[in-house]
Amino acid sequence: MDWVRNNTDRIGDLMLSHLWLSVVPIVIGFAIALPIGWFGNRSPRLRGVLLAAAGVLYTIPSLAFFLILPGIIGTGFLSPLNVVVALTVYAVAIMVRSATDAFESVSPSVLDAATATGFAPAGRAFLVELPLAGPVLVAGLRVVAVSTVSLVSVGALIGVDNLGSLFTEGYRTDNQAEILTGVVGIVAIALLLDALIVLAGRVLLPWNRGARTRARTSVSPMALVQHLRGGHA
Amino acid sequence: MSVVADTIDWLADPAHWSGDDGVPHRLVQHLGYTCLTVAIAAAIAVPIGLWIGHTGRLRGVAVVSSGALRALPTLGVLTYASLFTGIGIKAAIFTLVLLAIPPLLAGAYAGLESVDRQTIDAARAMGMTELQILTRAEIPLALPIIVGGLRSATLQVVATTTVAAYIPGPGGLGRYLIDGLALNDYPQVVAGSIVVIALALALDGIFVLLQRLALRNRPATVRIAA
Repeated sequence: MDWVRNNTDRIGDLMLSHLWLSVVPIVIGFAIALPIGWFGNRSPRLRGVLLAAAGVLYTIPSLAFFLILPGIIGTGFLSPLNVVVALTVYAVAIMVRSATDAFESVSPSVLDAATATGFAPAGRAFLVELPLAGPVLVAGLRVVAVSTVSLVSVGALIGVDNLGSLFTEGYRTDNQAEILTGVVGIVAIALLLDALIVLAGRVLLPWNRGARTRARTSVSPMALVQHLRGGHA
Repeated sequence: MSVVADTIDWLADPAHWSGDDGVPHRLVQHLGYTCLTVAIAAAIAVPIGLWIGHTGRLRGVAVVSSGALRALPTLGVLTYASLFTGIGIKAAIFTLVLLAIPPLLAGAYAGLESVDRQTIDAARAMGMTELQILTRAEIPLALPIIVGGLRSATLQVVATTTVAAYIPGPGGLGRYLIDGLALNDYPQVVAGSIVVIALALALDGIFVLLQRLALRNRPATVRIAA
């Protein structure tokens, strides 16, 4: 505890950078995956191709991914951008699967009813499909958030400062308290973002509260196993 | 910017393909750690997962603990464990086993849960013992999902073994990345990364085939022929 008390400024700075390095990929990844998932659901063949591509991207080990990106996008080897771009790609890869599942979960008869009551295609997509896909989207986003927050720490190995830096430094200086502080900080950020996503879901989708939410967000067992791949280092 | 050309030169250099520091030796090491840790994790997680899936007991505990384990940053667990075990492979093995348990556990219980209850009731009505129901109906029907859990665990371990090279001792392909970074030897870093990625994709491809095989060989109905 003494170590924590003597290093509050540094811990605060690292938490802040960890938060940024997590939130940017989560938000951008969600924004990219949403339209891809919507289009992917239009045709089974496109859906198959997209899910296969997402699977391949998600298979790439993160440290190797951070280190080949400079050769692809021309960043420096130790640039934080490598971490942000790689984690955004992972976020898209996980979220595309959730988004296709989410849009698929919307009943076709509801969509027909929406068309019959006069919704134009764009209005139907935003005012009917998106809200109804909401619960499954929220479930997917929660997985993305936890996995991203945990993966950011690997960036410390390429010199990108975040709470993971407490692991490398604590290891070098044989400091248990420092490493534990990093673990607790990262779990705290993961819980915080998870709580914010749940809260946003409740506010934006008030009609999905309670037991019905659980029933609708249930994912297939295969998807569950896929999701558990989140957090690979 | 000749990193690409230098990387190709690095990969083409025969000196990098022989000896203890060569790609084949490191690749075998990497695969060795992966097989060992996944085997240990499977020996722990699969029986528990099958028991949970078969009996339906403690399912909530399994879901929550899997989720909690996933939130743990692996680099943190690895460095913390290595403060106790010292230099060597013990910390890496411990971390990798811990990491491989949640997907294996989830694959086993989610797989059994996916089996139609009527099929199990039918098997029971036909007079199968609980063990027969498990081995002749539930496991064969759940096999594609159980293999899916094995796939997730293996790929996670391959990725984390790379990170584990940060601790002196384990070796494996991650050494090229960690050592290369320390020496500013970027061709070595990129070449090592490419080999790691190739390994991960190759293993994933093998598991895709295994899953297809498991799906194709799934019994259409329960057979009780003795």
